[in-house]
Amino acid sequence: MLRFSATLVVLFACATLPVRAADISIALSADVTSIDPHFHNLTPNNNVSNHIFEALVAKDARGQLRPGLAESWRTIDDLTWEFRLRKGVKFHDGSDFTAADVAFSLDRVPTVPNSPSPFTTYSKQIVEKIVVDPYTIRFKTAAPYPLMANDMSTIMIVSSRAAKGAGTEDFNSGKAAIGTGPFKFVRWQKGDRIELARYEGYWGAKSPWDKAVLRIIASDPTRVASLLAGEVRAIENVPTADLSRVTKQADLSVYRIVSHRIMYLHVDSNRETTPFVTDKAGRPLNRNPLKDVRVRHALSKAINRQALVDRVMEGAARATGQLMPEGMFGYTPTLKAEPYDPDGARKLLAEAGYPDGFAMTIHGPNDRYVNDDQVTQTLAQMFSRIGVPTKVETMPSAVYFTRANKLEFSVMLVGWGSDTSEASSPLKALLATYNNDKGMGQANRGRYSSAKMDGLLQQALATVDDARREQLLQQATAVAMSDLGIIPLYHQENVWATRKGIVYTPRADERTFAHEFRPQ
Amino acid sequence: MLIYLIRRLAQSALVLFVMSALVFLGVYAIGNPVDILINPQADQAEIARATAALGLDQPLVVQYRNFLVSAFGGELGRSFASNVPAVDLILQRMPATIELAFTAMIIAIVLGLPLGLWAGLWPDSASAKAIMAGSILGFSLPTFWVGLMLIMVFSVWLGWLPPTGRGQTVNVLGIDLSLFTWDGLRHLFMPALNLALFKLALLIRLTRAGTREAMVQDYVRFARAKGVSERRIVRVHVLKNIMIPIVTVIGLEFGSVLAFAIVTETIFAWPGMGKLLIDSINVLDRPVIVAYLMIIVFVFIFINLIVDLLYTALDPRVRLGGARA
Repeated sequence: MLRFSATLVVLFACATLPVRAADISIALSADVTSIDPHFHNLTPNNNVSNHIFEALVAKDARGQLRPGLAESWRTIDDLTWEFRLRKGVKFHDGSDFTAADVAFSLDRVPTVPNSPSPFTTYSKQIVEKIVVDPYTIRFKTAAPYPLMANDMSTIMIVSSRAAKGAGTEDFNSGKAAIGTGPFKFVRWQKGDRIELARYEGYWGAKSPWDKAVLRIIASDPTRVASLLAGEVRAIENVPTADLSRVTKQADLSVYRIVSHRIMYLHVDSNRETTPFVTDKAGRPLNRNPLKDVRVRHALSKAINRQALVDRVMEGAARATGQLMPEGMFGYTPTLKAEPYDPDGARKLLAEAGYPDGFAMTIHGPNDRYVNDDQVTQTLAQMFSRIGVPTKVETMPSAVYFTRANKLEFSVMLVGWGSDTSEASSPLKALLATYNNDKGMGQANRGRYSSAKMDGLLQQALATVDDARREQLLQQATAVAMSDLGIIPLYHQENVWATRKGIVYTPRADERTFAHEFRPQ
Repeated sequence: MLIYLIRRLAQSALVLFVMSALVFLGVYAIGNPVDILINPQADQAEIARATAALGLDQPLVVQYRNFLVSAFGGELGRSFASNVPAVDLILQRMPATIELAFTAMIIAIVLGLPLGLWAGLWPDSASAKAIMAGSILGFSLPTFWVGLMLIMVFSVWLGWLPPTGRGQTVNVLGIDLSLFTWDGLRHLFMPALNLALFKLALLIRLTRAGTREAMVQDYVRFARAKGVSERRIVRVHVLKNIMIPIVTVIGLEFGSVLAFAIVTETIFAWPGMGKLLIDSINVLDRPVIVAYLMIIVFVFIFINLIVDLLYTALDPRVRLGGARA
């Protein structure tokens, strides 16, 4: 028997397949649900779409806008944007790219059936599309809309010929998956891999790889093992537990950058009573201590952010005191991370009328963010030290977000990725006063509300001038941070690892682009 | 026999119906799929629109009725996350899981029966003790740990086998199988072995216990007294008699390997149904979850039926009851 299995193993070993130098396989950490770029606004889907399709506006590694299929854009008046399109761009099937394709793609977005997360978020501001000539298109909006170029970086342009009448399934099979991007779609094996081939007619810098295979390997240790074994040449989302080991390994390289994703605590700060705060004996309190800004400051001072970053996140995060990481639009240099100050925290609690503290339970997901479970546990320990004995309840995100949206928690750990790479995204979603009709504060699960902040934000959202808008966003951020509408913790880092000799420019937007990996 | 089959089918239909209702209700109670599926940037109006697009704004009874209508139409609902009929999604993934489960069961049977028989026939020998000690490991080591160790040893250190994924497939009668390519077998070996370990241990123990019990039975002694060769005693008298519990267990275990190969599939990034189920649970893709479990229940019912039929072949005393079953 032993001899038999030994023979078997040797036989297997002899058949190691040669890997061609001009191909690359990359392990992604999350599955893709569709190849249709307008079906599901989900980061893993958008990541794959971006290989095959392009948008009018591109983004560089730091989230700055760059010309994509549009060479330039400008406002004609407060209500009209004009995009001048790149000439000579061809789709994978050889047909020309023109303004008709842009209009077609924007028209298609709201009509995709059964979309669980439509892209209308980025197209609904357009009330009219005017094709001026084949290489010029104008968008009319009902109100001044400064974020037009940002929004146009998210909507992929499909071929009006190949995608005419095409459903999501036609994209999945590849029939309609005709774009202008650096790779042609070859095959999608669900749950396993996406195979791509270099598009020789690409207008920009061509991919250095003949073929790219995007493998889906969701299990963290397996993804690392695949890289160590050389099965894949690069992986995204290196788990923090393996980070120091991977960094030390001589035949691997690590690339990291601070992400636009902020981790924060949302605090139930606007209700008279709150479900998970009690006195120390477990009896309900007749008022909500979290409503008092001094209590929120005490909680913030109780958090040792640097310890969270160093110990729990293994250094793959940056402590923060605001919404955006350094270098992004709306970052405020003067807002520093709150220093760890347990004595100050106790003093503030006493001032607020809680010299003996109170008890609470904090909630967090356990399968959504990097180390979310451990972070929540650690935070509870830190709160307990200032006399607020804290219990922890973590749960799968499938349960967590439904409950959080129903406002069932008092203090909760959440993350926010600013897809637009500028501060209006978190301000609008997390801190603006919740308002169904205006579409504001949709993720404001603490129901923070400040008329001053709302006013500054509204003004910013209607200001087309970039410098003026950034100023307004900074002011709005300052108001929200001094009120601690959310308690900011840290910005995550995005970490990639490659085999030695392959270089990647790490991206703040968590995207893993095969065409941006380069041989040394 | 025919009446027996009809009765079994009627029972099965009832089981399927009750199960679908329970799972539907259960997943409904967990949370709202839109909360997970929608991009956080979407505002309230878009959340409402997506809810309506997925039919989640309807009352629960209506949602369940729609599902039943679609089930009878053969789609078993449409996946929320990918807008594809749930049954298509599952059937696309099924060959990968079936070939994994099948290979694992073959490994378990081909190794487990002889080793168990050996340990039962010569229980005091050193080799039998080694086999039994090994089987304890097979029982007690957690699958995910063994899987990771296999990857570390065979892929990372020795570099003999690919760590993850499914190899090259060939189309056999319309189904993509990786069993017939060298690359496919190389990819299949480790996950199949990982999945087989527990079943292997189980079969060794079961065979050994059965053999030891049978060896002291009167019919074996009589056979010996008659001068029947030892080989014939083992093959005809012992093996045939211990096969009934073994076939039952193999049948049930095959079902459970098919349905719950999840851990192995996750560790080895094997694109099978188990991974689909986990992904679907994570995003509360209710049609896929319900359809998956309905298909699994159906598979269990089917395997049990086969097992019952096999009994009659193995043991002529067993009659499948008609009116009285």
